[in-house]
Amino acid sequence: MALPKVLGIETEYGIFVRGGDNNPVSASSLLINAYVAAQRQASRIGWDFEDEQPTTDARGFTMDESIAPEVETTLVNAVLTNGARYYVDHAHPEISTPEVTDAREAVVWDRAADEIVRDSMTYARDLLGDSSEIIIHKNNSDGKGNSYGCHENYLVARELPFGRLTSQITPHFVTRQIFAGAGKVGCELPGRPNDDIGYQISQRADFFEEEVGLETTLKRPIVNTRDEPHADPLKYRRLHVIVGDANMSEVATYLKVGTTAIVLSMIEDDELGDDWILGNPVPAIRQVSHDPSLNQTIMLRNGNRATALEVQWGLFERAQKYVQARGLAAVGADVGADVMEKWEHVLTGLEHDPDSVAHWVDWVAKRRIVEGYSDRYDLKPGAQRLKAIDLQYHDMRADKCLALRAGLDTLVTGAEARAAMTEPPETTRAYFRGRCLDKFPDDIVAANWDSLVFDIGRDPLRRVPMMEPLRGTADHVGTLIDTSATARELLDRLGQ
Amino acid sequence: MAERIQKSKTTHEKSETPDTAADAVTETGEKIKADIDDLLDEIDDVLETNAEDFVKSYVQKGGQ
Repeated sequence: MALPKVLGIETEYGIFVRGGDNNPVSASSLLINAYVAAQRQASRIGWDFEDEQPTTDARGFTMDESIAPEVETTLVNAVLTNGARYYVDHAHPEISTPEVTDAREAVVWDRAADEIVRDSMTYARDLLGDSSEIIIHKNNSDGKGNSYGCHENYLVARELPFGRLTSQITPHFVTRQIFAGAGKVGCELPGRPNDDIGYQISQRADFFEEEVGLETTLKRPIVNTRDEPHADPLKYRRLHVIVGDANMSEVATYLKVGTTAIVLSMIEDDELGDDWILGNPVPAIRQVSHDPSLNQTIMLRNGNRATALEVQWGLFERAQKYVQARGLAAVGADVGADVMEKWEHVLTGLEHDPDSVAHWVDWVAKRRIVEGYSDRYDLKPGAQRLKAIDLQYHDMRADKCLALRAGLDTLVTGAEARAAMTEPPETTRAYFRGRCLDKFPDDIVAANWDSLVFDIGRDPLRRVPMMEPLRGTADHVGTLIDTSATARELLDRLGQ
Repeated sequence: MAERIQKSKTTHEKSETPDTAADAVTETGEKIKADIDDLLDEIDDVLETNAEDFVKSYVQKGGQ
């Protein structure tokens, strides 16, 4: 039986300083520090890069070995009470959502991340005064050949052969862009003029050069092999997905992670089969992106050809059979059933008239604005003003954002998203992380995905390992945290 | 197009009610068309001042 698909989203936002020193690293640091200071969080709680030896083993948390933390060029690194990580990655502000258990929760905490960024811009403006402004975009490219990612992570079983996982998930990664693509004016394929392509489906497709590999910044692979489970490495793998676009549409995010979780469950249960394995995925991912008509076919390994829509219908129909045979417990039964309904609806819409799903699909919503504006002012494909529309679709300033005006459906209320800026999900270990940071900020010296380190003023620092992503939930430790007056009491009771 | 693909799609459409689904999506499409005209009316006010210059100067460092 497929493992529960614990998942999360990491978004690197575009950052631009107008009227001041346009240094993205210092601007990102200022942005995040402004937010953290405004939250009055204990700023000394840093991300834990030390691989310390555990001195305590929490009840219910298995502990096999500590995992070397991911080492990145980071200046600012904050852990938030909602269980998220907010930090400078390369030259971008990045938010990794807390771990969640289904697509709807993913949308809630992804929306919370966007609200955190919006608030951060406001706080930064207060610091900077009128002379300059930090402007954030939730996009994946500057239109000039530089890309930055929106990654997804999914818990999969270590025992699943990685070779089969790679070949079977690739058809979904190449074709899901027909509903999850964020749209782009122009072309960024090396060696090809930018205006060669007026409009394409995906922000990211131009940047993928390999089928599988470890890189994330150069020669990007469709399937990334980074192997840092941030959990028990004997049982789990974290599939690190770098191929997707950042979505402004909540339904697109929902479908992107919801369908991927379902397809991964099918692969884990070996119910997907090899019918849709692609012949040549790298050219295919670009070809699909460059074909908003959705008519072109890509080659399958078995020699047949199929459109991206046909591949998606094929995966969907397999999923229907899978649901009947096995159910959707691994992805959350109710959410999984809703994802199946919306998956079918979006494919039906794309098949009959893509504009009919402009309220769900970013590339369609953006294309309507780009084409409408182009027609009205008789602009050439790839005109600068159309690129401006493309960029501003992703603008995180509410008064400038075109996506907010594009008639996109929402799944989450504003109140729910704002609550999730400070509240962790109740369904994963993020609950333990977030609640402890909220209740005992002065007693925690470091946090990581798979541990919290406490300093309770006696003995060495005490590390609480969290190697099981589904332990430390509200059901598991809610009462314990509620009824522990101090961190020391909490640790003593955890150790019992 | 591959025969097997044709077959699988036919099966799919038989088991569903494509006409109803198509009607529903067309209705939504009409509403969106009206909305987009309203947006185009206001877009010059919403677009960044000197939008073209802004696009030209918008350069990011590559990330992951």
